[in-house]
Amino acid sequence: MSFAFTDDQKLLAESADRFIQNDYTFEARRKNMEMDGGFNRAAWAQFAELGWLALAIPEANGGLGGSTGDAAVLLESLGRGLVVEPYHSTVVLGAGAVEAAGSIAQKNEILPEVAAGKRLLALAHVEPRARFTLNHVETSAIKDGGGYILNGEKAIVHNAETADTLIVSARVSGATTDHDGVTLFLVDPAAKGVTLRSYPTIDGLRASEVTLEAVQVGGEAILGTLGGAMPVIEAVVDRACVLLCAEAAGAMDAAVILTVKYMKTREQFGRPIGTFQVLQHRAVEMLGAKDFSRALTYRAASVVDVAGPRERSRAVSAAKVEMGRSGKKIGQEGVQLHGGMGMTDDMAIGHYFKRLTMIDMLFGNTDHHLRRFARLG
Amino acid sequence: MELILTPEEEAFRQEVRAFVTAEVPEELRRKTMTGFRLSKEEHVTWQKKLFEKGWVAPGWPVEHGGTGWTPMEKHLFEEECAAAGAPPVIAFGVTMVAPVIMAFGNDAQKDYYLPRILRSDDWWCQGYSEPGSGSDLASLRTKAVLTGDHYVVNGQKTWTSLAQHANLMFCLTRTSDTGKRQEGITFLLIDMEQPGVIVQPIKTIDGSTEINNVFLEDVKVPVANRVGEEDKGWTYAKYLLGHERTSIAAVGRSKAQLKRLKTIASVEIQEGKPLIEDQNFMDKIATIEIDLLSLESLVLRVLSDESSGKGPGPEASFLKIRGTEVQQGITELLVEAVGNYAHPYVPEAMQSGWNEDPIGPEHAASIAPHYFNWRKASIYGGSNEIQKNIIAKAVLGF
Repeated sequence: MSFAFTDDQKLLAESADRFIQNDYTFEARRKNMEMDGGFNRAAWAQFAELGWLALAIPEANGGLGGSTGDAAVLLESLGRGLVVEPYHSTVVLGAGAVEAAGSIAQKNEILPEVAAGKRLLALAHVEPRARFTLNHVETSAIKDGGGYILNGEKAIVHNAETADTLIVSARVSGATTDHDGVTLFLVDPAAKGVTLRSYPTIDGLRASEVTLEAVQVGGEAILGTLGGAMPVIEAVVDRACVLLCAEAAGAMDAAVILTVKYMKTREQFGRPIGTFQVLQHRAVEMLGAKDFSRALTYRAASVVDVAGPRERSRAVSAAKVEMGRSGKKIGQEGVQLHGGMGMTDDMAIGHYFKRLTMIDMLFGNTDHHLRRFARLG
Repeated sequence: MELILTPEEEAFRQEVRAFVTAEVPEELRRKTMTGFRLSKEEHVTWQKKLFEKGWVAPGWPVEHGGTGWTPMEKHLFEEECAAAGAPPVIAFGVTMVAPVIMAFGNDAQKDYYLPRILRSDDWWCQGYSEPGSGSDLASLRTKAVLTGDHYVVNGQKTWTSLAQHANLMFCLTRTSDTGKRQEGITFLLIDMEQPGVIVQPIKTIDGSTEINNVFLEDVKVPVANRVGEEDKGWTYAKYLLGHERTSIAAVGRSKAQLKRLKTIASVEIQEGKPLIEDQNFMDKIATIEIDLLSLESLVLRVLSDESSGKGPGPEASFLKIRGTEVQQGITELLVEAVGNYAHPYVPEAMQSGWNEDPIGPEHAASIAPHYFNWRKASIYGGSNEIQKNIIAKAVLGF
């Protein structure tokens, strides 16, 4: 287990950081958010060109075959820019599910298009009454000839409105929270019976409530084993959690830098507020929170690619807990140390705060992961 | 969460485990694990065993007797020693004064002291703090006056850990009062076994006497015992503190103590079921375990930077802060875990040669004293507040 970055990872971080600094400023992000679908398709094409969409897709499917650690390096840089393009939805969750569960034909069809920036995906798994219970699936899939009929509701499906393909989980057997009996289906969002209620999220992204009413899919829409999707969903979500933590590490780093910079320029009582020791120590604690969270995130990233489910989930939960509490500290303190200015929409700090808070609230918050960590111990 | 090891690293771990398991006697293991006080002889005997194996100073360069291990191997070594209940190697010689002698001492000093440190022939203590100079260390006043071929030293050092065992002290003394306070400090190596050196124990809140006042009255120190240049001691002292912070994190020890906490919490019964099944207590253990995992991850990252040529940067201060918070957090949970039987205080039960039945469960005996004793950790080695000052200045640029 190595705790040092490879030369390739250093190069990737440098080029991604440079991109964020030059081409993805706070103002540019604001404009991207206002575009159709809530992100900038030209930026997405650029991501494809830079190889970022192909990064963690297997070489056999037109990707670069990078590790989760490699993807984490990229996500950390994207986190610094609060990037709103659908990287998690399309590449991490969507392509991740296809790679983990798909047939050779499905992989060959979908993954090269994702890598080239030509297909957008969204994972429609979480449900309105599921809270953080991953195996809570009420949506049903009833056999109908060679295909299935889907009925149910999916919640907070990020980037569903721009997705070319939805990946929908539905129950073919068992009770609502049974581990067995869940299947993934590839669903065309334009299919009859699919309704999207789309909205902006507090952290500047787009999501939808997805309703499925007697949606007919063919047998070829099944992704993976019939009734055996939960282990796949768990692995994909665990990996997504690590990469959300990596994004958070970048956001935390940027938030600390912004706050320290502000403390050096903002003057009160005739001197910069950064000269006050009580405030210096709070900034130091923010920096430490980021360092520890980041270190544990990269460790978890190296664990998820090789460990069995128990060890993997434990590593992920530890990282998610550390990220949750660090993100809260940095977000809250960042705004506090900015004073009244921190409350304004014009300052970036509040936007980092919101993103960090929502990452905590995605796929299990701090308490959820603390319990899971303890239970697996 | 286990570390993912290469087959070579796993083989290394097994080799260390086999050695320490075989070489640490059961009685010693029990005492180390439960925080009982070890005698000087017990410490020295163990360190000599490590020396014979060639493992007493993994952090040293190979040419001086180090092991040449990778950061991960050093980490595994610490972890295995702690898990087997091996006493920690006393830091004052091997990890504190030795790096200073290597970096700033002359050849005669290197040739004389370094082999003796490796063999545990000397017991060193640290003469830094003074009654008026704690966090503000540079205000120290112990005076050294050059008279012919030796310095005459007068003053008082305090909080001097284990000075009662020591025959040598590395000591910060004031040789100049002009200019910046930091610029008039000289680093001397003082023979403790001479007239004028008086060691007086200080009893601490846990009832122990591991720290001392050391009075220095007209103590003669040959110029040959000065490390580096006169008035430049502050630079050497800071160098030493940087080295201290990665080892002060004590990840291996905390892992072993966390395991002990879980064992105790699984035999302590609360409302009819093991305490470890209590949701609130489970959450507390999980929280501290995650603190420890991120600490371990950052330690390994800092160590790999170090092996790639970068010395421990000021960020190492975070390791000291988090490391001591974790250690203290575990001692706190141990007190909570034993409940009522935190009360009895029988100092004799924590010494060698005690043969009576314990009061209450045997595991409870030293837990409360250990908790109170360990409050020292966030105060020594540069208090945790001083560590934050260091980061504020050196990393954040305030």
